[in-house]
Amino acid sequence: MTETEAPGADALQEYFDATIARDQRVEPRDWMPEGYRKTLIRQIAQHAHSEIIGMQPEGDWITRAPSLRRKSILFAKVQDEAGHGLYLYSAAETLGADRDDLTERLITGRQKYSSIFNYPTPTFADVGVIGWFVDGAAICNQVPLCRSSYGPYARAMVRVCKEESFHQRQGYELLMTMMSGTEGQRAMVQDAVDRWWWPSLMMFGPPDDNSPNSERSMAWKIKRHSNDELRQRFVDMTVPQAEHLGVTLPDPELRWNEERGRYDFGTPDYAELMRVISGDGPCNAERVTRRRTAHEDGAWVREAAAAHAAKHTARHTGPDRTEAAA
Amino acid sequence: MSETPTPATGSPRGSWPLYEIFVRGKRGLNHVHVGSLRAADDRMALLNARDLYTRRNEGVSIWAVRSTDIAASAPDEKDPFFAPSGDKVYRHPTFYDIPEDVPHI
Ligand SMILES: [Fe+2]
Ligand SMILES: [Fe+2]
Repeated sequence: MTETEAPGADALQEYFDATIARDQRVEPRDWMPEGYRKTLIRQIAQHAHSEIIGMQPEGDWITRAPSLRRKSILFAKVQDEAGHGLYLYSAAETLGADRDDLTERLITGRQKYSSIFNYPTPTFADVGVIGWFVDGAAICNQVPLCRSSYGPYARAMVRVCKEESFHQRQGYELLMTMMSGTEGQRAMVQDAVDRWWWPSLMMFGPPDDNSPNSERSMAWKIKRHSNDELRQRFVDMTVPQAEHLGVTLPDPELRWNEERGRYDFGTPDYAELMRVISGDGPCNAERVTRRRTAHEDGAWVREAAAAHAAKHTARHTGPDRTEAAA
Repeated sequence: MSETPTPATGSPRGSWPLYEIFVRGKRGLNHVHVGSLRAADDRMALLNARDLYTRRNEGVSIWAVRSTDIAASAPDEKDPFFAPSGDKVYRHPTFYDIPEDVPHI
């Protein structure tokens, strides 16, 4: 839609390249290569879908949270994730993506979302571990995206990152509370850690030598760091937190490497990651079905609101306008 | 986040219109564009904007404007549209040499 012939394709490409090289942001109506646009739409859509599907594993615990305090916190956290999804869908729309089409692609399984949300949450400790690991990993991923070359995406990430810190901290605090409880509660935390550790490392995607699109995304400055670098940062950040909490991370190869000044760790089961991404994880079908049902059940609400709006606009030509003086 | 009306893909399946949202962070500040959202009408746009963009006291006032109602300049910053301001250095205070010893100027 922006592929214009008028000012000369070379000049446009040159201008775009220079913008990227100067570390400036590309804005919605700038000319951009189709590959850049498509890559961004795909990445932002998957990111948005992940936020939306990501409400489900924790959402299951809202009605069962053990206290009003935990219930209010969890409610706020899950509501934030909905907000993250909406910021991101808006960003995708600035690239010409259509909102209805994105939803359609999610509920028909044509677009992916993060593999992590296809794992079940059988205990309340899972809520804590998700906040600690999954939101922690999300922070590692998203902080560099605040400098992503596409303006609306970067700005959405700034907003998201401000909120993620609460997510991670409430999870860790929940786990600290459980760890100071009974033997049974401590075991429950350790069990959740054992189940979530490897899937959390997989969140960063395939290893660099098997991540075909990474290099181009980095050249375009959509992505700032490689998958393996971000995974390493997550491990380095999390190990001391685990020690403080008093849980064991389930990796016999995990140890401090004096020379590198970083932790060495084992290799995640990338075959499992591929299986889960391709739809064969423990909860894939359940998550997508639930999203589809919610969308279909909500159809009458959307229609009623549209009908009401149409009637209202017909009656008064100008609904209450604020006096918009700057 | 949409900055400008989105290219023709508006609402092919009768979906809700796109609104741009502006929030005044606190008294004394301008409203600033914070992003966009979809809503059936103005009232819903304001309610959704409150829930989406001011969950943590980020605002004391919200404007919701239909994206299609925004008139925007051409996207390219090299556009001659902005040329008139390019060569008028005398509009800046630093253009004028004033001796060091003249106070308060
Ligand atoms: Fe999020
Ligand atoms: Fe989060």
